[in-house]
Amino acid sequence: MGLDFAVVPEYLDRLLLGSAWTIGITLAAAALSFFGGILFAVIALYAPAVIRWPFKTFAWLFMGTPLLLQLFLIYFGLIQIGIDLPAVVAGIIGLGLHFAVYNSDIIQAGIRAVDKGQYEAGRTLGLSQAQTIRKIIVPQAVRAVVPPIGNNMIALLKDSALVSVIGVTELTLSSQLAISKTFRPFEFYLAAAACYYVINLALEAGLHRIERRIQVAR
Amino acid sequence: MDFDLILRVFPYFLQAAVVTIELSVYSTAFGLICGALGTYARLSRHKLLRAVGTAYVSVIRGTPALIQLFILYFGGPQIGIQLDAFEAGVIGLGVNIGAYMTETMRGAIVAVDKGQTEAARTLGLSRSQAMRKVVLPQAARLMIRPLGVNINAQIKGTALVAAISVVELTYTAQRYIGSTYKPFEMFLLAGALYMVIIYVVGLGITFLDGKVALR
Repeated sequence: MGLDFAVVPEYLDRLLLGSAWTIGITLAAAALSFFGGILFAVIALYAPAVIRWPFKTFAWLFMGTPLLLQLFLIYFGLIQIGIDLPAVVAGIIGLGLHFAVYNSDIIQAGIRAVDKGQYEAGRTLGLSQAQTIRKIIVPQAVRAVVPPIGNNMIALLKDSALVSVIGVTELTLSSQLAISKTFRPFEFYLAAAACYYVINLALEAGLHRIERRIQVAR
Repeated sequence: MDFDLILRVFPYFLQAAVVTIELSVYSTAFGLICGALGTYARLSRHKLLRAVGTAYVSVIRGTPALIQLFILYFGGPQIGIQLDAFEAGVIGLGVNIGAYMTETMRGAIVAVDKGQTEAARTLGLSRSQAMRKVVLPQAARLMIRPLGVNINAQIKGTALVAAISVVELTYTAQRYIGSTYKPFEMFLLAGALYMVIIYVVGLGITFLDGKVALR
């Protein structure tokens, strides 16, 4: 069976719809992983030991195991405890949590790098500990770690393909559906790869702009 | 927590862990070869070769590993490449991690002080001699830890081949989640085995890194 790319345009609308889902899932999970990462970093550094240690165990478990395995845990685990979420929500939560743990690691380093005098000055000016962390430490820490977090977002975009395995109709599963009708895997997976590549370029350009803007603001 | 069940399925998970280890070893070895070739191409003086290296890194790092695996395994037969799932896993994952290793290796080589090459060239060594005898031995030291990070990612990355039905750890966990409805237990069991593999490999990397450290 030779190659015949002429079948691809017929399914273009589905690939584009799938791309839109991929972009949406990526953005939602990226937001979750960003704010979750900040929250986790603050917990890991400032929370009392009773909260810190269970959290650290969870983070350690999530860094040492594959994302695909975690997606199965979240999707089927939530069903087991009676929470029947749509696959797309489970996918966003899984991706978001996975990358939140990685982001948290980076943000922790960023927080440690913020000058101690900033914390002391905040407290001296009458801010509470929570206020100092929220308004003085975290904003400075996050600005410093935007590039590595951006790399995680790019990794997240590519890993979003994994949610196809739990049945989310994003770009990968859309191309699989087209393949099940046409029996042309090479053409459609290549088309999907091209879509990912374009989205990836756009994401990189967007991240680059954010980085530049932050550099100017500093 | 159903410990009875965990004990009962443990042998199957252990067998699956062996497959995961095999996949990791073969695909990492293949990845190192791809990485070395990619680095050679990217640092080459030939424009065309350099462009090929750049395209390899950009395309592979710009698209999901899962899609690459699917193109190879499901699309391969259309262009005359017939592989079983395990072979496709090794080659697909190897080509994928090779692109990341290319950047690691190139980064380490570029990080070696330029003066070293200049000094070697001044002493009459040819370009390739300077690279082989002066730059590479120093770069090798710088590579080990970041390559360890790549390998760590690769071990977890082998989970992807579950999607093409290779019976490794994640596939086994998925199957038992389906048949026992105990996702948490299965996750912990598979997770623990992944952690053991990653821990042992981490020890190996640290040992290697210590061996070549400058004293």
